[in-house]
Amino acid sequence: MSGIILSANNLTKTYRQRSGRFGFGHKLVKALDDVSINIKTGSTLAIVGESGSGKSTLARCLLQLLPLDAGTVQFQGLDLATLSGDALRAVRRDLQMVFQDPFASLNPRMKVGEIVGEGLLIHNIGSAQERAHAVLRMLERVGLSAADINKYPHEFSGGQRQRVGIARALVLQPKLVICDEPVSALDVSIQAQILLLLKELQQEMGLSYLFISHDLRIVRHVADEIAVMHDGKIVEQGEVEAIYSAPQQLYTQNLLNSIPGRQHRTASII
Amino acid sequence: MSDLLRVENLTVAPSANPQRLLVNNVSFTLQSGKTICIVGESGSGKSLTALTIMGLLSPALKRTGGSVSFQGKELTGLSNEQMSDIRGKRIGMIFQEPMTSLNPVLTVGYQIGESLAYHLGLGGRALKSRIEALLLQVGIPPERANAYPDELSGGQRQRVMIAMSIACEPAMLIADEPTTALDVTVQAQILALLAELKSRMNMGMLFITHDFGVVADIADDVVVMFRGEIVETGPVQQVLEDPRHPYTKALLDCVPDAEGKKALKPIDYAWLGQPA
Repeated sequence: MSGIILSANNLTKTYRQRSGRFGFGHKLVKALDDVSINIKTGSTLAIVGESGSGKSTLARCLLQLLPLDAGTVQFQGLDLATLSGDALRAVRRDLQMVFQDPFASLNPRMKVGEIVGEGLLIHNIGSAQERAHAVLRMLERVGLSAADINKYPHEFSGGQRQRVGIARALVLQPKLVICDEPVSALDVSIQAQILLLLKELQQEMGLSYLFISHDLRIVRHVADEIAVMHDGKIVEQGEVEAIYSAPQQLYTQNLLNSIPGRQHRTASII
Repeated sequence: MSDLLRVENLTVAPSANPQRLLVNNVSFTLQSGKTICIVGESGSGKSLTALTIMGLLSPALKRTGGSVSFQGKELTGLSNEQMSDIRGKRIGMIFQEPMTSLNPVLTVGYQIGESLAYHLGLGGRALKSRIEALLLQVGIPPERANAYPDELSGGQRQRVMIAMSIACEPAMLIADEPTTALDVTVQAQILALLAELKSRMNMGMLFITHDFGVVADIADDVVVMFRGEIVETGPVQQVLEDPRHPYTKALLDCVPDAEGKKALKPIDYAWLGQPA
């Protein structure tokens, strides 16, 4: 049986937002409103939604980068909310993240070899030589080369930087990777390369993905299951085939009908 | 029928390095009431082509050849002052970032009114009622004329940009990735609005995008650019369903389809060859 690697139950997160013209008022915004998800081992769960729907907040809360107001996150049988300090750090080795912006998420003052190797150093894995070897192997696996180890992030294109971000996340051999809009800043041709790379690595390393995206065309390709978010709530979730062919909720239907070019394409097929 | 816009052999290069062609020998024509989409990846020269047409190239770049004629009048070589009479009046423009294209300290009504006052000399009550009519046309309640940009959502700001660009009823609209920063449902609304305005005002529209889905929705003709050159041009259905050039085919193979039936295939640039 393919088990559940991560299960989040009844997550709630509220932000206080300043309101009124001069910001004296306060307004409570429910970024997560009773959200529950399960990620199956070795599969991809996509979270889709428009800006402000709470999908990035969900990612941050799962990683315990933001404190939750209520709810539990079970990862490989551990409740992450109860962990702190060293125990949480140890779990983070298995729980990595690939960020959206390949320009902002890499430290401009660090060489690529240092960026990718930092996780190994923090978790105190192997000798210096073994670490250097692991970094090199990972860089080569994501399509970079030994010559790139001593380069700085600005020397790379957006697609190459995203490869560095992926190498950084995967060098620790994690179990679950949270990808927050990993290709939305890239050209379509580069986007296709990165999506294929993520899929290959998933199969090779037995990874589970939580894939956050606003692009329903991409999600259709990468996800096994999807959860549609709107105003902090999950309005619909299920198998990707089922949701795309027969969306039950009005919001999901509206979202799918807004995919550019869809009407045109369906019309030309019929 | 005469052409609204005729671009011939347009070439742009850095002033410091005229050999390096950023836009290379680009030609196309646009008729009133039609939409041409320029598609390409970043760096393909699509935005530069639009900027050159409007005479808004940065001083570091130079048009090294070619001509742009609009309603039979040659635009290249016009002074900045002469271009100002055309820009905003007969050619409307919309840019990608609805957040940064509006002035944060002026009301949106004021900003819509600026070009009306400048080009048409409107003022007082006539100006106010024209601003309200424009807001209504783009689907914003007229009383929002007194709102500041930060009080509006991204989609509403882009509607304000559209109201500004069509204020003087231009014959042509140039839109550079106008929906890229927007959510899909808002994008669908804005595309529908642009299509409706275009046919009601019989404008020609030059629409720049990297999204083939958007192209399928709004284009009559498509121009595909790659490394500064046009590699393919034709009616939308032919280019999307039966592309002739290997680059267009490769680019279309990278686009995920909403049905998920197609395998993604990244572009093999080595096979396409290096730039000449």
